[in-house]
Amino acid sequence: MNAEWHLKHKGVSHSQITRLYSRFTSLDKGENGTLSREDFQRIPELAINPLGDRIINAFFPEGEDQVNFRGFMRTLAHFRPIEDNEKSKDQNGPEPLNSRSNKLHFAFRLYDLDKDDKISRDELLQVLRMMVGVNISDEQLGSIADRTIQEADQDGDSAISFAEFVK
Amino acid sequence: MEENRGGHGLAEGNILSTWMILFVVLVLLPSMFRVSLGISHFYVKIIIKMLEWATLQIEEGVKKQKALALENLISTGIIQREETSMEQEIAGQCRGRFNLADVMYFSKKGCEAVAEDEVTQRFSSEELVSWNLLSRTNANLHHVSWQLTVVWVIGILIRYCLLMPFRVKCWLSNQVQMICATLGVRCLSGLVHFHNRENRPQEGGICVANHTSPLDVLILASDGCYSLVGQAHGGILGLIQKSWMQTTQHVLFERSEMKDRHLVRKKISEHIADKAKLPILIFPEGTCINNTSVMMFKKGSFEVGGTIHPVAIKYDPRFGDAFWNSTKYSMMTYIFNVMTSWAIVCNVWYLPPMVKEEEEDAVHFANRVKAVIAVRGGMSVLPWDGGLKRNKVKESFKEEQQKRYCQIIIENGSVGNGNVC
Repeated sequence: MNAEWHLKHKGVSHSQITRLYSRFTSLDKGENGTLSREDFQRIPELAINPLGDRIINAFFPEGEDQVNFRGFMRTLAHFRPIEDNEKSKDQNGPEPLNSRSNKLHFAFRLYDLDKDDKISRDELLQVLRMMVGVNISDEQLGSIADRTIQEADQDGDSAISFAEFVK
Repeated sequence: MEENRGGHGLAEGNILSTWMILFVVLVLLPSMFRVSLGISHFYVKIIIKMLEWATLQIEEGVKKQKALALENLISTGIIQREETSMEQEIAGQCRGRFNLADVMYFSKKGCEAVAEDEVTQRFSSEELVSWNLLSRTNANLHHVSWQLTVVWVIGILIRYCLLMPFRVKCWLSNQVQMICATLGVRCLSGLVHFHNRENRPQEGGICVANHTSPLDVLILASDGCYSLVGQAHGGILGLIQKSWMQTTQHVLFERSEMKDRHLVRKKISEHIADKAKLPILIFPEGTCINNTSVMMFKKGSFEVGGTIHPVAIKYDPRFGDAFWNSTKYSMMTYIFNVMTSWAIVCNVWYLPPMVKEEEEDAVHFANRVKAVIAVRGGMSVLPWDGGLKRNKVKESFKEEQQKRYCQIIIENGSVGNGNVC
């Protein structure tokens, strides 16, 4: 675990890494150096979050069931507040993980399950259903989804691309 | 040669008898007559001075390295949160409609929970702002200054070679219950400040307190006799429980047994109806919490009726961590840790008795008592259930969140266009 590399590329300081690591180990009940989905679900505040499962999925790389500390930190780094001394960094370096566009990308990926870079009506419906539970009927939910796509869609393909999402 | 050995044996005999005499005079006699010699107070004062000096050392040492690291070390939370409610974040000016961006609120809250949440951190030891020279509590063991290291080494020697054997000897010689408890408290270098003793629980009442460790029982028992209600444990604690059961009337049950709960409730109501019996001591949280907050009080003991005597117990974490993390440490490890700490210092406040009002239901009453205890002890109040240490959270909470979200995006029974935004 190379601390200088992390400092340079993610802007996470040494003591923050230590704190995050102790959080990681306290979540890791099996003590095998990786977290599984059950470990995340043990956090009560996450378990009651309607989008809890999607957020947990965001931590796991494609098709895998375990996430190591590097992946854990990487995902959390998206939400680090932007500090002033970073704004003047060089424009040619890799974009920091917590930039606005990366945060939006994170949100976009919550919707886009099949990763085709478009939010289809079905995918939108799925997320909507997760957020409202059983309190809204199917027809109403369908009309919400249709209206949202109508307003956001600009190239007429009945789906929302990332550029349209950003607006 | 033989004379030498004889002389040697005599010297050893002398040391042993001096030790025994010291022990009797300084520990046994005062405990029996409940008198304090003030030695503990003096000892505690010395430790406070030393810890303050140690903190200064750390601060100076780090200034030589980098001040930034210290700032992060002392910060109380790992993340900065914005305390906004769902209504503020999502609604804004756009009430009555759904936005694609609504998902940002939930994902932010979700990731905050992953990095740091209110509940699971209560089930592990409290993080101290400054180091108390026990290597257990310091995650970053930097080499700061050689003076500090010397003090730390001396501290280790004192704690492991001087304090612990003395305490083990004391521990083995307990017989009678109340003298036992006082002796036990003294032996763990426990310094307990009792406040408001005029509010001490009388016969026929129920005493409720916040729960941090089995030591709570010892501390309260040294100041009054109680009947206990508790979880049946295996191992060493189970043996202690069994032997305690011989002397007084106690109620033991199994946490996971549903029918046990009704049985327990019946027994409790019988017990308090009989005025001659000792007051019952109950810990309504149901499990050990790390003493920074008070979690949900189970309503069972508040439904029975009768007078409730709340007691607030707050440990001073500088001297040693009294919290028993039963999922991580066994009883023996815990006792060992306690015996090798500096001291157990705590404050016990006896609060005025409370009674359930006419139209109040048990849950509301329980919350009222909980708030009083939390305010007195300087702890925060959490609505979460202590049972979450071992079990998963109920689905109904998630449904509640979903309902709240719906109320925001629906206006007048349907999702209209709302305000254009």
